[in-house]
Amino acid sequence: MASPRTTFSQELRELDDQILIMGKEAESMLENALIALAEQNLDLAHETINHDDIVDDMRFSIEKKCIELIATQHPKAKDLRRIFAAIAIASDVERVADYSVDIAKIVRRLPDKPFFKPLIDIPKMERAVAKMLREGLEGFVSRDLDLIKKVLLSDDEIDALYEMLHDELVDFMKRDPSTIDQAVQLLFVSRYLERIADHITNIGERVFYVETGQVIKM
Amino acid sequence: MSSKPAKIELNNFNLYYGEHQVLKGISAIIAANSVTAIIGPSGCGKSTLLRSINRMNDLIDGVRITGEILLDGKNIYEPDVDLIWLRARIGMVFQRPVAFPLSIFDNVAAAPRVRGIVNKDHLARIVKKSLQAVGLWSDVQHCLNQSALSLALGDQQKLCIARAIATQPDVLLFDEPCSALDPISTHVIEDLMRALSKRFTIIIVTHNMQQAARASHYTMFLLDGNIVEYGPTRELFTNPKDIRTENYVTGKIG
Repeated sequence: MASPRTTFSQELRELDDQILIMGKEAESMLENALIALAEQNLDLAHETINHDDIVDDMRFSIEKKCIELIATQHPKAKDLRRIFAAIAIASDVERVADYSVDIAKIVRRLPDKPFFKPLIDIPKMERAVAKMLREGLEGFVSRDLDLIKKVLLSDDEIDALYEMLHDELVDFMKRDPSTIDQAVQLLFVSRYLERIADHITNIGERVFYVETGQVIKM
Repeated sequence: MSSKPAKIELNNFNLYYGEHQVLKGISAIIAANSVTAIIGPSGCGKSTLLRSINRMNDLIDGVRITGEILLDGKNIYEPDVDLIWLRARIGMVFQRPVAFPLSIFDNVAAAPRVRGIVNKDHLARIVKKSLQAVGLWSDVQHCLNQSALSLALGDQQKLCIARAIATQPDVLLFDEPCSALDPISTHVIEDLMRALSKRFTIIIVTHNMQQAARASHYTMFLLDGNIVEYGPTRELFTNPKDIRTENYVTGKIG
Protein backbone atom coordinates (compact mmCIF):
# COMPACT_ATOMS: atom_id res chain seq x y z
CA MET A 1 0.00 0.00 0.00
CA ALA A 2 1.31 3.42 -0.92
CA SER A 3 1.52 6.29 1.55
CA PRO A 4 -1.79 7.90 2.54
CA ARG A 5 -3.78 10.01 0.12
CA THR A 6 -2.86 8.18 -3.07
CA THR A 7 -6.02 9.34 -4.81
CA PHE A 8 -5.44 12.98 -3.91
CA SER A 9 -1.79 12.88 -4.98
CA GLN A 10 -2.84 11.41 -8.30
CA GLU A 11 -5.41 14.18 -8.75
CA LEU A 12 -2.76 16.82 -8.06
CA ARG A 13 -0.51 15.27 -10.72
CA GLU A 14 -3.40 15.37 -13.17
CA LEU A 15 -3.89 19.04 -12.35
CA ASP A 16 -0.20 19.69 -13.15
CA ASP A 17 -0.66 17.91 -16.48
CA GLN A 18 -3.69 20.02 -17.32
CA ILE A 19 -1.76 23.22 -16.57
CA LEU A 20 1.15 22.08 -18.75
CA ILE A 21 -1.14 21.18 -21.65
CA MET A 22 -2.92 24.53 -21.39
CA GLY A 23 0.47 26.27 -21.34
CA LYS A 24 1.53 24.44 -24.50
CA GLU A 25 -1.66 25.55 -26.26
CA ALA A 26 -1.16 29.18 -25.23
CA GLU A 27 2.49 29.02 -26.27
CA SER A 28 1.59 27.69 -29.70
CA MET A 29 -1.05 30.43 -30.10
CA LEU A 30 1.58 33.04 -29.28
CA GLU A 31 4.05 31.51 -31.69
CA ASN A 32 1.45 31.31 -34.48
CA ALA A 33 0.32 34.90 -33.88
CA LEU A 34 3.91 36.07 -34.36
CA ILE A 35 4.43 33.90 -37.48
CA ALA A 36 1.16 35.30 -38.84
CA LEU A 37 2.47 38.80 -38.15
CA ALA A 38 5.89 38.25 -39.71
CA GLU A 39 4.40 36.55 -42.79
CA GLN A 40 1.29 38.76 -42.82
CA ASN A 41 -0.58 35.46 -43.04
CA LEU A 42 -4.31 36.12 -42.56
CA ASP A 43 -5.28 32.44 -42.52
CA LEU A 44 -2.92 31.70 -39.64
CA ALA A 45 -4.12 34.82 -37.82
CA HIS A 46 -7.69 33.61 -38.20
CA GLU A 47 -6.77 30.14 -36.97
CA THR A 48 -5.07 31.63 -33.91
CA ILE A 49 -8.15 33.69 -33.07
CA ASN A 50 -10.39 30.63 -33.35
CA HIS A 51 -8.10 28.58 -31.10
CA ASP A 52 -8.88 30.83 -28.14
CA ASP A 53 -12.08 28.94 -27.31
CA ILE A 54 -10.06 25.79 -26.64
CA VAL A 55 -7.83 27.58 -24.14
CA ASP A 56 -10.86 29.21 -22.50
CA ASP A 57 -12.43 25.78 -22.06
CA MET A 58 -9.21 24.44 -20.55
CA ARG A 59 -9.15 27.28 -18.07
CA PHE A 60 -12.69 26.49 -16.88
CA SER A 61 -11.93 22.81 -16.75
CA ILE A 62 -8.91 23.51 -14.49
CA GLU A 63 -11.00 25.81 -12.34
CA LYS A 64 -13.71 23.15 -12.04
CA LYS A 65 -11.18 20.52 -11.06
CA CYS A 66 -9.72 22.84 -8.41
CA ILE A 67 -13.16 23.53 -6.96
CA GLU A 68 -13.88 19.79 -6.89
CA LEU A 69 -10.56 19.09 -5.16
CA ILE A 70 -11.24 21.75 -2.54
CA ALA A 71 -14.78 20.45 -1.99
CA THR A 72 -13.91 16.77 -1.88
CA GLN A 73 -10.28 16.46 -0.76
CA HIS A 74 -10.04 19.22 1.85
CA PRO A 75 -6.51 20.33 0.99
CA LYS A 76 -4.45 22.04 3.65
CA ALA A 77 -1.21 24.07 3.77
CA LYS A 78 0.95 23.68 0.66
CA ASP A 79 -1.63 21.53 -1.13
CA LEU A 80 -4.21 24.26 -0.60
CA ARG A 81 -1.87 27.00 -1.81
CA ARG A 82 -1.03 24.87 -4.82
CA ILE A 83 -4.68 24.46 -5.83
CA PHE A 84 -5.41 28.16 -5.46
CA ALA A 85 -2.25 28.90 -7.45
CA ALA A 86 -3.46 26.55 -10.20
CA ILE A 87 -6.67 28.60 -10.54
CA ALA A 88 -4.70 31.84 -10.74
CA ILE A 89 -2.10 30.38 -13.11
CA ALA A 90 -4.81 29.09 -15.44
CA SER A 91 -6.21 32.61 -15.48
CA ASP A 92 -2.77 34.08 -16.31
CA VAL A 93 -2.22 31.53 -19.08
CA GLU A 94 -5.63 32.38 -20.45
CA ARG A 95 -4.55 36.03 -20.62
CA VAL A 96 -1.47 34.94 -22.61
CA ALA A 97 -3.85 33.35 -25.11
CA ASP A 98 -6.00 36.52 -25.16
CA TYR A 99 -3.01 38.72 -25.98
CA SER A 100 -2.03 36.26 -28.72
CA VAL A 101 -5.51 36.78 -30.15
CA ASP A 102 -5.00 40.55 -29.93
CA ILE A 103 -1.77 40.20 -31.89
CA ALA A 104 -3.53 38.01 -34.48
CA LYS A 105 -6.22 40.68 -34.82
CA ILE A 106 -3.52 43.27 -35.51
CA VAL A 107 -2.39 41.13 -38.45
CA ARG A 108 -5.87 41.66 -39.90
CA ARG A 109 -5.68 45.42 -39.33
CA LEU A 110 -2.22 45.96 -40.84
CA PRO A 111 -2.13 47.72 -44.20
CA ASP A 112 -1.39 45.33 -47.03
CA LYS A 113 2.20 46.38 -47.75
CA PRO A 114 5.68 45.21 -46.74
CA PHE A 115 6.98 46.32 -43.32
CA PHE A 116 8.92 49.54 -43.35
CA LYS A 117 11.72 47.67 -41.56
CA PRO A 118 12.51 43.99 -41.06
CA LEU A 119 10.99 42.51 -37.87
CA ILE A 120 13.90 41.50 -35.66
CA ASP A 121 13.34 42.64 -32.10
CA ILE A 122 9.65 41.71 -31.92
CA PRO A 123 10.29 38.02 -32.82
CA LYS A 124 13.23 38.08 -30.40
CA MET A 125 10.90 39.39 -27.69
CA GLU A 126 8.34 36.70 -28.51
CA ARG A 127 10.94 33.93 -28.20
CA ALA A 128 12.05 35.27 -24.83
CA VAL A 129 8.45 35.51 -23.62
CA ALA A 130 7.62 31.98 -24.84
CA LYS A 131 10.68 30.67 -22.99
CA MET A 132 9.53 32.46 -19.83
CA LEU A 133 6.12 30.79 -20.14
CA ARG A 134 7.63 27.33 -20.63
CA GLU A 135 10.03 27.73 -17.73
CA GLY A 136 7.43 29.30 -15.46
CA LEU A 137 5.11 26.32 -15.87
CA GLU A 138 7.96 23.83 -15.64
CA GLY A 139 8.96 25.54 -12.42
CA PHE A 140 5.41 25.19 -11.08
CA VAL A 141 5.29 21.49 -11.84
CA SER A 142 8.84 20.66 -10.74
CA ARG A 143 8.75 23.11 -7.79
CA ASP A 144 12.11 24.42 -8.95
CA LEU A 145 12.57 27.81 -7.31
CA ASP A 146 15.91 28.48 -9.02
CA LEU A 147 14.16 28.20 -12.36
CA ILE A 148 11.39 30.47 -11.10
CA LYS A 149 13.91 33.11 -9.98
CA LYS A 150 15.40 33.00 -13.47
CA VAL A 151 11.92 33.53 -14.96
CA LEU A 152 11.29 36.48 -12.65
CA LEU A 153 14.59 38.09 -13.64
CA SER A 154 13.76 37.63 -17.34
CA ASP A 155 10.92 40.10 -16.95
CA ASP A 156 13.45 42.92 -16.60
CA GLU A 157 14.98 41.96 -19.95
CA ILE A 158 11.55 42.03 -21.56
CA ASP A 159 10.81 45.42 -20.04
CA ALA A 160 14.13 46.75 -21.40
CA LEU A 161 13.37 45.33 -24.87
CA TYR A 162 9.95 46.96 -24.77
CA GLU A 163 11.39 50.36 -23.80
CA MET A 164 13.91 50.09 -26.60
CA LEU A 165 11.29 49.10 -29.19
CA HIS A 166 8.96 51.82 -28.01
CA ASP A 167 11.59 54.55 -28.42
CA GLU A 168 12.69 53.18 -31.76
CA LEU A 169 9.14 53.01 -33.18
CA VAL A 170 8.25 56.49 -31.92
CA ASP A 171 11.42 57.74 -33.51
CA PHE A 172 10.46 56.16 -36.86
CA MET A 173 7.05 57.76 -36.71
CA LYS A 174 8.48 61.19 -35.98
CA ARG A 175 10.94 60.96 -38.79
CA ASP A 176 8.60 59.45 -41.40
CA PRO A 177 4.83 59.78 -40.81
CA SER A 178 4.14 57.26 -43.58
CA THR A 179 5.31 54.55 -41.15
CA ILE A 180 2.68 55.49 -38.56
CA ASP A 181 -0.03 53.05 -39.67
CA GLN A 182 2.34 50.10 -39.27
CA ALA A 183 4.45 51.40 -36.41
CA VAL A 184 1.43 52.04 -34.19
CA GLN A 185 0.33 48.46 -34.64
CA LEU A 186 3.83 47.15 -33.92
CA LEU A 187 3.89 49.29 -30.82
CA PHE A 188 0.72 47.50 -29.68
CA VAL A 189 2.30 44.11 -30.42
CA SER A 190 5.34 44.93 -28.32
CA ARG A 191 3.10 46.22 -25.54
CA TYR A 192 1.09 42.96 -25.59
CA LEU A 193 4.28 40.92 -25.38
CA GLU A 194 5.39 43.00 -22.43
CA ARG A 195 2.02 42.39 -20.73
CA ILE A 196 2.33 38.66 -21.38
CA ALA A 197 5.66 38.71 -19.57
CA ASP A 198 3.92 40.42 -16.63
CA HIS A 199 1.37 37.60 -16.45
CA ILE A 200 4.16 35.02 -16.49
CA THR A 201 5.84 36.98 -13.71
CA ASN A 202 2.59 36.56 -11.74
CA ILE A 203 2.88 32.81 -12.33
CA GLY A 204 6.44 32.82 -10.99
CA GLU A 205 5.45 34.79 -7.91
CA ARG A 206 2.61 32.36 -7.23
CA VAL A 207 4.93 29.36 -7.47
CA PHE A 208 7.21 31.04 -4.96
CA TYR A 209 4.28 31.58 -2.62
CA VAL A 210 3.13 27.97 -3.01
CA GLU A 211 6.54 26.58 -2.13
CA THR A 212 7.58 28.98 0.63
CA GLY A 213 4.38 30.59 1.90
CA GLN A 214 6.18 33.91 1.35
CA VAL A 215 5.44 36.66 -1.15
CA ILE A 216 8.47 37.38 -3.32
CA LYS A 217 9.17 40.83 -4.74
CA MET A 218 11.88 40.96 -7.36
CA MET B 1 -26.60 7.12 -13.33
CA SER B 2 -23.26 5.50 -13.96
CA SER B 3 -21.46 4.07 -16.93
CA LYS B 4 -20.46 1.13 -14.74
CA PRO B 5 -22.84 -1.84 -14.59
CA ALA B 6 -25.30 -2.14 -11.71
CA LYS B 7 -24.24 -4.44 -8.88
CA ILE B 8 -27.10 -3.73 -6.53
CA GLU B 9 -30.52 -2.41 -7.32
CA LEU B 10 -32.99 -1.19 -4.71
CA ASN B 11 -36.58 -1.10 -5.90
CA ASN B 12 -39.09 0.81 -3.79
CA PHE B 13 -37.53 -0.60 -0.62
CA ASN B 14 -39.38 0.21 2.62
CA LEU B 15 -38.42 -0.83 6.14
CA TYR B 16 -40.51 -0.52 9.28
CA TYR B 17 -39.58 -1.00 12.94
CA GLY B 18 -43.06 -1.90 14.16
CA GLU B 19 -45.26 1.02 13.12
CA HIS B 20 -42.32 3.34 12.53
CA GLN B 21 -41.23 3.56 8.92
CA VAL B 22 -37.45 4.06 8.74
CA LEU B 23 -36.81 3.68 5.00
CA LYS B 24 -39.29 5.15 2.58
CA GLY B 25 -39.49 3.95 -0.99
CA ILE B 26 -35.75 3.71 -1.61
CA SER B 27 -34.98 3.14 -5.28
CA ALA B 28 -31.38 3.34 -6.45
CA ILE B 29 -28.75 1.57 -8.46
CA ILE B 30 -25.34 0.95 -6.88
CA ALA B 31 -22.63 0.83 -9.54
CA ALA B 32 -20.20 -2.08 -9.58
CA ASN B 33 -16.52 -1.43 -8.80
CA SER B 34 -17.05 1.92 -7.21
CA VAL B 35 -17.26 3.43 -3.74
CA THR B 36 -20.73 4.68 -2.88
CA ALA B 37 -21.17 6.72 0.29
CA ILE B 38 -24.43 7.07 2.17
CA ILE B 39 -24.58 10.28 4.19
CA GLY B 40 -27.21 12.03 6.25
CA PRO B 41 -27.93 13.24 9.77
CA SER B 42 -28.31 10.84 12.69
CA GLY B 43 -31.49 8.82 12.45
CA CYS B 44 -31.92 9.34 8.71
CA GLY B 45 -31.78 5.59 8.10
CA LYS B 46 -28.33 5.26 6.58
CA SER B 47 -27.09 2.42 8.80
CA THR B 48 -30.45 0.67 8.48
CA LEU B 49 -30.14 0.91 4.72
CA LEU B 50 -26.59 -0.48 4.78
CA ARG B 51 -27.63 -3.35 7.04
CA SER B 52 -30.57 -4.11 4.77
CA ILE B 53 -28.12 -4.92 2.00
CA ASN B 54 -26.83 -8.03 3.76
CA ARG B 55 -30.00 -8.62 5.77
CA MET B 56 -28.52 -7.82 9.16
CA ASN B 57 -31.87 -6.27 10.12
CA ASP B 58 -33.50 -9.72 9.97
CA LEU B 59 -32.28 -10.29 13.50
CA ILE B 60 -34.21 -7.35 14.92
CA ASP B 61 -37.68 -8.05 16.29
CA GLY B 62 -40.56 -6.27 14.64
CA VAL B 63 -38.73 -5.43 11.41
CA ARG B 64 -40.84 -5.60 8.29
CA ILE B 65 -39.79 -4.82 4.77
CA THR B 66 -41.46 -4.34 1.41
CA GLY B 67 -39.88 -3.86 -1.99
CA GLU B 68 -36.72 -5.57 -3.10
CA ILE B 69 -32.94 -5.41 -3.14
CA LEU B 70 -31.33 -7.13 -6.10
CA LEU B 71 -27.77 -8.42 -6.09
CA ASP B 72 -26.77 -9.10 -9.69
CA GLY B 73 -30.46 -9.20 -10.49
CA LYS B 74 -31.40 -11.67 -7.73
CA ASN B 75 -33.68 -10.44 -4.93
CA ILE B 76 -31.82 -11.12 -1.68
CA TYR B 77 -35.10 -11.15 0.26
CA GLU B 78 -36.43 -14.18 -1.65
CA PRO B 79 -37.20 -17.04 0.77
CA ASP B 80 -34.72 -19.36 -0.95
CA VAL B 81 -31.73 -17.09 -0.31
CA ASP B 82 -29.13 -18.75 1.93
CA LEU B 83 -27.87 -16.15 4.42
CA ILE B 84 -24.44 -17.78 4.69
CA TRP B 85 -24.11 -17.56 0.91
CA LEU B 86 -25.37 -13.95 0.97
CA ARG B 87 -22.93 -12.82 3.64
CA ALA B 88 -20.05 -14.52 1.90
CA ARG B 89 -20.87 -12.42 -1.15
CA ILE B 90 -21.52 -9.25 0.83
CA GLY B 91 -18.86 -8.70 3.49
CA MET B 92 -19.09 -6.15 6.25
CA VAL B 93 -16.59 -4.04 8.18
CA PHE B 94 -17.72 -2.35 11.38
CA GLN B 95 -17.08 0.84 13.25
CA ARG B 96 -14.56 -0.51 15.72
CA PRO B 97 -12.16 -3.15 14.48
CA VAL B 98 -13.46 -6.46 15.77
CA ALA B 99 -10.42 -8.65 15.52
CA PHE B 100 -11.08 -12.12 16.95
CA PRO B 101 -8.87 -13.06 19.93
CA LEU B 102 -6.96 -15.39 17.62
CA SER B 103 -3.75 -15.21 15.66
CA ILE B 104 -3.48 -12.89 12.65
CA PHE B 105 -3.53 -15.96 10.39
CA ASP B 106 -6.61 -17.48 12.02
CA ASN B 107 -8.53 -14.23 11.82
CA VAL B 108 -8.21 -14.18 8.05
CA ALA B 109 -8.60 -17.95 7.67
CA ALA B 110 -11.76 -18.06 9.80
CA ALA B 111 -14.33 -17.46 7.09
CA PRO B 112 -12.71 -19.69 4.44
CA ARG B 113 -12.57 -22.49 7.08
CA VAL B 114 -16.29 -22.05 7.79
CA ARG B 115 -16.83 -22.43 4.07
CA GLY B 116 -15.04 -25.78 4.20
CA ILE B 117 -11.53 -24.95 3.04
CA VAL B 118 -9.15 -27.02 5.17
CA ASN B 119 -6.15 -27.51 2.92
CA LYS B 120 -3.28 -25.70 4.66
CA ASP B 121 -1.58 -24.46 1.49
CA HIS B 122 -4.85 -23.23 0.09
CA LEU B 123 -5.63 -21.37 3.32
CA ALA B 124 -2.12 -19.91 3.41
CA ARG B 125 -2.57 -18.62 -0.14
CA ILE B 126 -5.90 -17.00 0.76
CA VAL B 127 -4.42 -15.41 3.88
CA LYS B 128 -1.43 -14.05 1.98
CA LYS B 129 -3.54 -12.70 -0.86
CA SER B 130 -6.02 -11.04 1.48
CA LEU B 131 -3.32 -9.44 3.62
CA GLN B 132 -1.52 -8.25 0.52
CA ALA B 133 -4.70 -6.63 -0.77
CA VAL B 134 -4.98 -4.50 2.37
CA GLY B 135 -1.28 -3.66 2.47
CA LEU B 136 -0.61 -5.55 5.70
CA TRP B 137 1.36 -8.53 4.38
CA SER B 138 4.85 -7.00 4.44
CA ASP B 139 4.36 -5.96 8.07
CA VAL B 140 2.94 -9.20 9.44
CA GLN B 141 4.28 -11.99 7.24
CA HIS B 142 6.83 -13.02 9.90
CA CYS B 143 4.41 -12.87 12.81
CA LEU B 144 1.25 -14.49 11.49
CA ASN B 145 0.90 -16.54 14.67
CA GLN B 146 0.93 -13.46 16.85
CA SER B 147 -2.37 -12.40 18.41
CA ALA B 148 -4.36 -10.06 16.19
CA LEU B 149 -5.12 -7.98 19.26
CA SER B 150 -1.47 -6.96 19.45
CA LEU B 151 -1.82 -4.92 16.23
CA ALA B 152 -2.37 -1.16 16.28
CA LEU B 153 -6.01 -0.17 15.87
CA GLY B 154 -5.57 0.98 12.27
CA ASP B 155 -3.88 -2.32 11.38
CA GLN B 156 -6.64 -4.24 13.17
CA GLN B 157 -9.14 -2.49 10.92
CA LYS B 158 -7.07 -3.49 7.87
CA LEU B 159 -7.07 -7.04 9.22
CA CYS B 160 -10.86 -6.94 9.48
CA ILE B 161 -11.01 -5.83 5.85
CA ALA B 162 -8.63 -8.66 4.90
CA ARG B 163 -10.93 -11.06 6.78
CA ALA B 164 -13.95 -9.68 4.93
CA ILE B 165 -12.34 -10.16 1.52
CA ALA B 166 -11.00 -13.65 2.30
CA THR B 167 -14.28 -15.15 1.10
CA GLN B 168 -13.90 -13.23 -2.17
CA PRO B 169 -17.12 -11.29 -1.83
CA ASP B 170 -18.60 -9.05 -4.53
CA VAL B 171 -19.64 -6.30 -2.20
CA LEU B 172 -18.07 -4.80 0.93
CA LEU B 173 -20.18 -2.79 3.35
CA PHE B 174 -18.35 -0.35 5.63
CA ASP B 175 -20.21 1.02 8.62
CA GLU B 176 -18.30 4.07 9.88
CA PRO B 177 -15.01 2.20 9.37
CA CYS B 178 -12.74 5.03 10.51
CA SER B 179 -14.56 6.55 13.44
CA ALA B 180 -12.24 4.81 15.91
CA LEU B 181 -9.07 5.63 13.97
CA ASP B 182 -6.56 8.49 13.97
CA PRO B 183 -6.33 10.79 10.89
CA ILE B 184 -3.40 8.98 9.24
CA SER B 185 -5.02 5.53 9.64
CA THR B 186 -8.24 7.10 8.35
CA HIS B 187 -6.55 8.26 5.16
CA VAL B 188 -4.93 4.84 4.75
CA ILE B 189 -8.32 3.12 5.00
CA GLU B 190 -9.86 5.66 2.60
CA ASP B 191 -7.11 4.99 0.05
CA LEU B 192 -7.57 1.28 0.60
CA MET B 193 -11.30 1.53 -0.13
CA ARG B 194 -10.56 3.34 -3.39
CA ALA B 195 -7.96 0.73 -4.34
CA LEU B 196 -10.24 -2.18 -3.42
CA SER B 197 -13.08 -0.70 -5.45
CA LYS B 198 -11.26 -1.90 -8.56
CA ARG B 199 -12.16 -5.45 -7.43
CA PHE B 200 -15.18 -4.98 -5.20
CA THR B 201 -18.30 -2.85 -4.99
CA ILE B 202 -18.01 -0.78 -1.84
CA ILE B 203 -20.73 0.96 0.11
CA ILE B 204 -19.80 3.10 3.08
CA VAL B 205 -21.96 4.75 5.69
CA THR B 206 -20.32 7.68 7.38
CA HIS B 207 -21.17 10.55 9.68
CA ASN B 208 -18.06 12.19 8.37
CA MET B 209 -19.19 14.07 5.31
CA GLN B 210 -15.60 14.98 4.45
CA GLN B 211 -14.74 11.31 4.34
CA ALA B 212 -17.60 10.66 1.94
CA ALA B 213 -16.32 13.51 -0.23
CA ARG B 214 -12.74 12.24 -0.20
CA ALA B 215 -13.24 8.55 -0.62
CA SER B 216 -16.36 7.93 -2.71
CA HIS B 217 -17.26 8.03 -6.37
CA TYR B 218 -20.99 8.38 -5.69
CA THR B 219 -22.85 9.85 -2.76
CA MET B 220 -26.41 9.28 -1.60
CA PHE B 221 -27.91 11.84 0.76
CA LEU B 222 -30.67 10.45 2.98
CA LEU B 223 -33.02 12.54 5.05
CA ASP B 224 -35.80 11.08 7.17
CA GLY B 225 -35.68 7.77 5.31
CA ASN B 226 -35.86 9.32 1.83
CA ILE B 227 -33.20 9.74 -0.81
CA VAL B 228 -32.92 13.48 -1.30
CA GLU B 229 -30.12 13.35 -3.83
CA TYR B 230 -27.86 10.70 -5.29
CA GLY B 231 -25.13 11.24 -7.85
CA PRO B 232 -21.43 11.60 -8.56
CA THR B 233 -19.69 12.78 -5.38
CA ARG B 234 -18.03 15.72 -7.12
CA GLU B 235 -21.38 16.99 -8.33
CA LEU B 236 -23.07 16.54 -5.00
CA PHE B 237 -20.38 18.47 -3.15
CA THR B 238 -19.85 21.25 -5.69
CA ASN B 239 -23.23 21.73 -7.29
CA PRO B 240 -26.01 19.95 -5.39
CA LYS B 241 -29.38 20.06 -7.10
CA ASP B 242 -31.57 20.07 -4.00
CA ILE B 243 -31.54 22.92 -1.48
CA ARG B 244 -31.67 20.38 1.37
CA THR B 245 -28.45 18.76 0.10
CA GLU B 246 -26.86 22.19 -0.22
CA ASN B 247 -27.84 22.99 3.36
CA TYR B 248 -26.52 19.68 4.64
CA VAL B 249 -23.16 19.68 2.84
CA THR B 250 -22.56 23.30 3.79
CA GLY B 251 -23.33 22.52 7.43
CA LYS B 252 -26.48 24.61 7.66
CA ILE B 253 -28.52 21.64 8.80
CA GLY B 254 -27.09 18.69 10.54
